[in-house]
Amino acid sequence: MDSSRLPDAADNGLLDRRTLLRAGLGSAAALLTASAHGTRPDHMRQPGAPMSGTSPPATELARTAIQSQPGTLGSGASRTPLQHLDGLITPSRLHFERHHAGIPTIAAHAHRLVIHGRVKRPLVFDLDALHRYPIVSRLQFLECSGNSAALLTPQPADMDCGAIHGLISASEWGGVPLNILLDEAGIEPGATWAVASGADAPAMNRSVPLEKLYEDAIVALYQNGEPLRRANGYPMRLFLPGWEGNASVKWLRALQVTDQPAMSRQETSKYSDLDVDGNARLFTFPMGVKSIITSPSPGLTLGEHGIYQISGLAWSGAGRIRRVEVSADGGKTWAEAQLDDHVLDKCLTRFRAAWRWRGAPAVLMSRATDATGAVQPDRAANIEGRATGSFYHVNAIQAWAIDSHGAARNVYA
Amino acid sequence: MSMRSLILLACLSCVGVLAEEQDIATVLAPSLGETASADDLTSLTLNVLPDGQGLPAGSGTVSEGRALYAAHCVSCHGVDGQNGINDALAGGHDTLTSNRPVRTVGSYWPYATTIFDYINRAMPYRDPGSLSHDDVYALTAYLLHVNDILDERATLDAASLKRIEMPNRNNFIWAINPGATQ
Repeated sequence: MDSSRLPDAADNGLLDRRTLLRAGLGSAAALLTASAHGTRPDHMRQPGAPMSGTSPPATELARTAIQSQPGTLGSGASRTPLQHLDGLITPSRLHFERHHAGIPTIAAHAHRLVIHGRVKRPLVFDLDALHRYPIVSRLQFLECSGNSAALLTPQPADMDCGAIHGLISASEWGGVPLNILLDEAGIEPGATWAVASGADAPAMNRSVPLEKLYEDAIVALYQNGEPLRRANGYPMRLFLPGWEGNASVKWLRALQVTDQPAMSRQETSKYSDLDVDGNARLFTFPMGVKSIITSPSPGLTLGEHGIYQISGLAWSGAGRIRRVEVSADGGKTWAEAQLDDHVLDKCLTRFRAAWRWRGAPAVLMSRATDATGAVQPDRAANIEGRATGSFYHVNAIQAWAIDSHGAARNVYA
Repeated sequence: MSMRSLILLACLSCVGVLAEEQDIATVLAPSLGETASADDLTSLTLNVLPDGQGLPAGSGTVSEGRALYAAHCVSCHGVDGQNGINDALAGGHDTLTSNRPVRTVGSYWPYATTIFDYINRAMPYRDPGSLSHDDVYALTAYLLHVNDILDERATLDAASLKRIEMPNRNNFIWAINPGATQ
């Protein structure tokens, strides 16, 4: 521990005695403790901290690779530090963010959701009204379609797992099924789309096929059991399971039912996929089957030789994960990974594999297959046909090289 | 009473309460939406569709747009929509099949209505909603002009904007097209 960062107990740098003991900064101090109190550590020799309204995290994990566009601080992304997490739920405070003009501070009591356009009855819902509807709750992932774009650079970037892949998170999302609200408004014949727009500064909008809204979309009010975080759409957001995150419009304030997509700037100029032949694909909503090894990964250096647990995440916008394979020799041979108990529809699935590291260099990879039989592509296949700078929907296999010192780095293999 | 009996009793009660379809519907959809007022709807008329639905009254000229652009846009988007610190808005024509495609309003965007929609809803970045509809028409006209789509003496309004064919209009493929299946 860096003693220069300890809090002062008095002027001129005097440090608190017990801070020194807790930090274990001197063998003499540690010996004194041991002789006076046997093997009982400091935190067992006095009552602990009192109850408090909230529970601070034990470690200082934070979102990573926070980037903003020049001159527009609120427009950018922050990423989930995947390499420091386990399980399938992303703590809400670490859920990735992608905003187009910052996080609005919305007075929930004044917020309204309006369903209008090609409906029999244009309707307004406030938060109190929505809470009286049957709320459904599901564990599902949300992924920005710009995730993992770093894998497209010609040379492998010196980045860690969260920085490359951290635009993926999973939560328990609770909210009102949209089919109920749409039926209440009454869809007119010929309507095929709804244009969702948010209450942020740019009134961000995306067009969504009505079919998806009827299939499994919700107006989300809860994330991991608590009201949505402001950064994730408080007081309400659209949530479209398995689809690119941008379409799950945050701070949802309107759904205009239409017979055509709006062709908004987001869905034409930005979230479209340009191919080398000059054609661009619109409305490529579902996120492809994908997996990543989160541990070991860059920054998590292996220690002594021996048994290590490879752990990672797999997901697919098409449904459940069927299997994950791992390789320690750059894809020459593969072994089946163990999936954790919860293998859920359009959710992160945790996989694990035991690995004996003998100290030789290795290249670790994972490859997921989803319930439809779709197999995660390798990097070459994932890049083929893309125009330069066409960076959405990257789901290529990630390779981490482990060197003889146990350090991991991003490689192309 | 065992837990199983309690659960069974609860289920039977549910069946009793929900025996009639009317009750089930009431529980699933309590119909709490209030009829949207004219004010509610007026405040939401930002969406401009590619067929021109949603375009408000007003008009603006290329030359008015040039002055507005210099005041509100040039610091981020560069002179004539190029070489700024943020998105290029002009140029890039005929680059989409090259090794370095440059996607701008003129080289890439399929619909001119999108320009109006986006400026009106989101720009200028620090002060969205501050421009009048005339201003937005003028800026749209200017951006079309610097992309060689409108003459420098042109005036733009709802009727003329929705008729504009963007150069890259036909190079988009819909991965999902729900209208086509009806």
